[in-house]
Amino acid sequence: MGQTFAEKILAWYGHEKTVVPGQIVTVSPDHLLMHDNAAPIMSKVKADLAEYGVVNPSLPVIVLDHVIPASDEKTATNHKLIREFVHTYKLPYFFDIGLGVCHQIMVEKGLALPGQLLVGSDSHTCSYGAVGAFSTGIDRTEAAALLLTGETWLKVPPSLKMTLKGNLPSGVYAKDVILTIIGDITASGADYCSVEFQGDLKQFSVDERFTMANMGVEMGAKNMFFPVDDVTLKYLSSINVSKSKFRVVSPDVHASYKQEFSYDLHQFSPVVAVPHGVDKVKNITDVEGLEVQQCLIGTCTNGRLSDFRIAASFLKGKKIHPSVRLLLLPASQQIYLDALKEGLIQTFVQAGGTVLPPGCGPCLGAHQGVLAPGERCLSTSNRNFKGRMGCKDAEIYLASPATVAISSLYGKISDPRRMVT
Amino acid sequence: MKVWVYGNDINTDMLFPGKYTYTCSTPEEIKPHLLEDLDPSFSKQVQQGDIILAGNNFGCGSSREQPVVGLAAVGIKAVIAKSFARIFYRAAINQGLLLIECPEVVNDFKSGDSLHLDAVQGVITINKKTYTFTRLPSEILQIRDAGGLLPYTRKKLKQRQSKK
Repeated sequence: MGQTFAEKILAWYGHEKTVVPGQIVTVSPDHLLMHDNAAPIMSKVKADLAEYGVVNPSLPVIVLDHVIPASDEKTATNHKLIREFVHTYKLPYFFDIGLGVCHQIMVEKGLALPGQLLVGSDSHTCSYGAVGAFSTGIDRTEAAALLLTGETWLKVPPSLKMTLKGNLPSGVYAKDVILTIIGDITASGADYCSVEFQGDLKQFSVDERFTMANMGVEMGAKNMFFPVDDVTLKYLSSINVSKSKFRVVSPDVHASYKQEFSYDLHQFSPVVAVPHGVDKVKNITDVEGLEVQQCLIGTCTNGRLSDFRIAASFLKGKKIHPSVRLLLLPASQQIYLDALKEGLIQTFVQAGGTVLPPGCGPCLGAHQGVLAPGERCLSTSNRNFKGRMGCKDAEIYLASPATVAISSLYGKISDPRRMVT
Repeated sequence: MKVWVYGNDINTDMLFPGKYTYTCSTPEEIKPHLLEDLDPSFSKQVQQGDIILAGNNFGCGSSREQPVVGLAAVGIKAVIAKSFARIFYRAAINQGLLLIECPEVVNDFKSGDSLHLDAVQGVITINKKTYTFTRLPSEILQIRDAGGLLPYTRKKLKQRQSKK
């Protein structure tokens, strides 16, 4: 019988010939991702680290991105502790403030590669399935233990197969695809499962695959997987990763799936996830006209160059609506620089937008762009939970960069197909 | 003993708002904010030995572990749900918080029912009806039995060191 992607990866890393769903394997991941939470993580095992050291200095990747620059004394102290920790244990993979969101860094710096197994103390670690890696989120305590031992256990997940057929109509984007799927199968529809994409995937760039893989946890997925193809290889070559650095792992044709889904992309429309759940997905025509006070384009979900190009195509030479605040959040410094070079940042600023430093920004409600009671935000980020942007009496709607960009011009939720020809 | 009943998709922002994630880490810092945006009465009234009952996908969302640390610290005996989100499930094992997947109990429980949990025997009783639940696999029970992942890891490291 054939094997799924998850079965192949976990058999390899678990030193087993084959594995079956439900089986528990002990694995040593290639990297352990941490961000600002590295401070509480290392403090849990401070004495143990002093005794045993970090098992492998190349294991941890630490990116300061969640509350940057520090918003108060406490977050500043956390950052300081992390810098000292990195220095003490001579950790080579440290990315200080302003370099980007951890997930973007992992992919952009070639730290997440096809066929690898990665874990991270952040739920959106599932993003690296965009480049054919197996990656999944863990909690802080597990990250602390991994610093000491370098190994953990994983249960082999059942797999879901999602076949995407046909081409997307204009004005409809990868974000609409993944939101539509989550709306279809619900926030628990992929609980514990590995999700494999198949079908007409060549139309999706690595940026777009990233957007879809990033949202996997919003339907409960353990990991997401896009097969490695020419698009992936071209991307990896563009970031100077040679083929000898990775091992392509593909599912077998006759692998066994818990459930299979098929979607006709040409029937897809722009959609919006409405409060307070990512699976509360509505066709844009059902919510068009709702007034918004804040628009956010960016984050690890949609803050890449291609997203900014789309947003700029709507905003060029125009001004945002006077009652709207438009925030732009590049996913990394590299993207910020590229966007500057292409004149996209100038377009945003001239339109009345505010550019934030590369990082998580308002997405988690800790600082920068917190909402007031009664306000409504339309965002390209990945979560619209109650209170997510710092105020439980505010509303968050999720959509594609195109939908958010056009809506910022009108001050209300608007259909990007009005301006796309 | 009180049974706190909640619905489906109770996410980690409801259990512990994200705005405190980078300023509150210890149980004492976490406790006042537990379930703040879901049920403001919870943190004031919860008592040692209380049980939470919930629907599908409990603990979905962020990987933040404050909800688990907090629920364990206030003495929640168990969370019984139809299903759990996976990072939350792992975090609970690592903190020694008992999670029980048992949709029948969640479906049958009505306000005013008496609910009894025998965690050792793996039996839940509602009024006089009994329900059994699946225990964790033995590899994983070792972690919980050691008192959580960190004590388990320390034990393992000591064993390795003494072998050297």
